[in-house]
Amino acid sequence: MAKTMSIVLDSGTIDKIAAAGVITSGAVANGVDVNIFVTFWALLKFRKNDDTPNKLSYDGADISDMVLKKMGEKKVQSGIEMIKNAKEIGNVHVYGCALMSDVMDIKKEDLDDIVEDIIGVSEFVSMSEESYTTLFI
Amino acid sequence: MYVKPDRVIDARGSYCPGPLMEMIKAYKQAKIGEVISVYSTDAGTKKDAPAWIAKSGQELVGVFEREGYYEIVMRKVK
Repeated sequence: MAKTMSIVLDSGTIDKIAAAGVITSGAVANGVDVNIFVTFWALLKFRKNDDTPNKLSYDGADISDMVLKKMGEKKVQSGIEMIKNAKEIGNVHVYGCALMSDVMDIKKEDLDDIVEDIIGVSEFVSMSEESYTTLFI
Repeated sequence: MYVKPDRVIDARGSYCPGPLMEMIKAYKQAKIGEVISVYSTDAGTKKDAPAWIAKSGQELVGVFEREGYYEIVMRKVK
């Protein structure tokens, strides 16, 4: 049976979503299945009509304009695109967090098609329990 | 020795792990015996791709340094 990795994706900054995308890519390349639980700030960025500004995490806050410009010029894939690509290669499941969906009135159809369901934390933890590792990003 | 590839993936301009992912995608679609070539400008690919090929038990035909990019050639053996 394939190994499974679980990821709680909480941060909505593009570097953290990219980190989730890169790790998910590396996981499927190694035959590892991935469950991603998208919550809080990240869930906002997974909305189809998201128009919130792209930001970097605190470490890069003072140079974010330059980094974002370079990423745009070099056409670096977004984290969400990387997760989509990884899903073409391996078993990747993306879930939206029920709590944040309720708080922000987000329905499944408001979210990117890669999100297959909205689930509660208990269901995610039961997946995490079966995983060899769980990351919080 | 260079073998004429059945599939060529031009992943130049794509960043890590893009070219590797493109190679794996092509591998999944390929039939056994097919030769796949990947062009990459990402230096990480020349280590990542052979490592993946070895781990998954495929055959590395070669890593070739071209002008401004690398060409990684593999054969799907299983």
